[in-house]
Amino acid sequence: MSETERKNEINRRRFLGNMLKTACGVGLVGLGLGAYSKRASSMPANYIRPPGALPEEDFLGACIRCGLCVRDCPYDILLLGEVGDEVATGTPYFIARTGPCEMCEDIPCVAACPTNALDHDLKAIEDSRMGLAVVIDQENCIAFHGLRCEVCFNVCPIRNRAISLAMQHNARSGKHALFIPVVHSDACTGCGLCERACILEEAAIKIFPTHLAKGKPGKHYRLGWKEKEKAGESLVTPDAEHRYHLPEGVRYDLQGEGLIIEDEAMETPFSSNPLDTLNSGFLDR
Amino acid sequence: MLDLTTLGDDAIATKGWYKSHKHLILRRFSQLGILALFLAGPWFGIWIVKGSLASSLTLDVLPLTDPYVLLQAGLSGVVPETAAIIGVIIVLAFYFLVGGRVYCSWVCPVNMVTDLAAWLRRKLGIRTTSQISRSTRYWMLALTLILPLVAAGGIVWELVNPVSMMFRGIVFGMGAAWLMIAGIFLFDLLVAKHGWCGHICPVGAFYSLVGSKSLLKVNAVRRQACNDCMACYLVCPEPQVIKPALMGEKQGLGPVILSSDCTNCGRCIDICAKEVFSYGGRHAIKIDECKGEGEINRGARV
Repeated sequence: MSETERKNEINRRRFLGNMLKTACGVGLVGLGLGAYSKRASSMPANYIRPPGALPEEDFLGACIRCGLCVRDCPYDILLLGEVGDEVATGTPYFIARTGPCEMCEDIPCVAACPTNALDHDLKAIEDSRMGLAVVIDQENCIAFHGLRCEVCFNVCPIRNRAISLAMQHNARSGKHALFIPVVHSDACTGCGLCERACILEEAAIKIFPTHLAKGKPGKHYRLGWKEKEKAGESLVTPDAEHRYHLPEGVRYDLQGEGLIIEDEAMETPFSSNPLDTLNSGFLDR
Repeated sequence: MLDLTTLGDDAIATKGWYKSHKHLILRRFSQLGILALFLAGPWFGIWIVKGSLASSLTLDVLPLTDPYVLLQAGLSGVVPETAAIIGVIIVLAFYFLVGGRVYCSWVCPVNMVTDLAAWLRRKLGIRTTSQISRSTRYWMLALTLILPLVAAGGIVWELVNPVSMMFRGIVFGMGAAWLMIAGIFLFDLLVAKHGWCGHICPVGAFYSLVGSKSLLKVNAVRRQACNDCMACYLVCPEPQVIKPALMGEKQGLGPVILSSDCTNCGRCIDICAKEVFSYGGRHAIKIDECKGEGEINRGARV
């Protein structure tokens, strides 16, 4: 081997060695980053993404952390994850208890997003699903104590559809009613106005990311009455016609209104449900 | 050995302080000015520019989007909005013309930190440095482009990218990002000379590729006047780029600094007492044109 050949050999070895060293170092960095990214993609349950945000995993690939949504929010509720926060650095979120989404009709945060991380297909704010309100503490919610509160029901921008009141018997007093707030996931956007408005020191109604708030029935579950509706007839044994021994002028409507006393009908000017009277002023919605 | 603490005194003596710091001052103006534009909104309610370096909107009409971060988003499967695409085209066109790494030296806020570290290094006479390959940044670049394809966390690099972290930190809120910045400062000061910007940062590597055929270049026009004082090498964050242009006359190399690693920072222009360097076009001066003057100078030196 000549001198120059040996020199070349050494140079080649050094070059390959250096390259391998660099590649290994960078590879290790990559492993670390990959592991860190997994940890960093978990968020506290009270951090809610802005309207139209893609599912979390897609969101983290789409959001370029520019902060334009934060700037265009007229209520300044959006925050950007800072280093040390338990949310991917630079990504937007809000905390419903302190700053809920005010549900602007023109959705400026979505319009500002340059990458569709906030989905531009979202045209109506009522279609957004930032999260889902849950009446999580039924022991402390004063409605369950029989007190008239209904603040969450009344501040809800989709009043009476996202949160409705269910009248129940007050078993404690034995003679009063409970007006229980009930959230409906088909209408609730997760804006968080209810959580902020909750009069308790710690809100009894809270917004959670939808995947935390919602259950999911097994794929094989079928609701008999819905299947029946779809098919137009009972899918098992046909329903036998029920016959009752009832007094004159009284009918019974199975799976319908129940007991009907025909003489009394149309007699009272008020509905038998007190809520109808209480809410009559709001029925424009 | 050269006394690093007096580096640049020559130039100050011959050209005066301002002329020997001109581009440094302009760069700080540029870097701080850009920050000021972004801060005028949140601080004083004067909304000139919204957003951050990743994507911004100027005066509600001009979108600018960082092609590097949008590329990463694209790799994780995003179809951007038209405004973002327009923004990227504008940014790419700009850096294609003026040199990709103009981003590093005229825009990036981390540059101020690493420049400070490099300056302190000279003033304190710290000469120890770790051997890190300058190509590491390209490996890092490849890594940051592969991670969105394979990792669950989307644009993984943005979780730790000190460039966006520092800028966003100043404009939106720092959090613990200053730890990262302090880390880079100490790394550059004590571990590796020009360690971050010159060896590791994939953002710089990306912009270096963007500007690999850029038109604006530093040009060693008057290289015959060079008195081998070495000041330009010592102050340059990418000293390997200077040699072919400054010393390559014998090998028939032109005086234009062609390497895309050059950040067009202009410190060499400032620090040279002989005014060898100046900005110029990529094809501005052919070798032949400056030969005559060179012969005269060489003769004079002998």
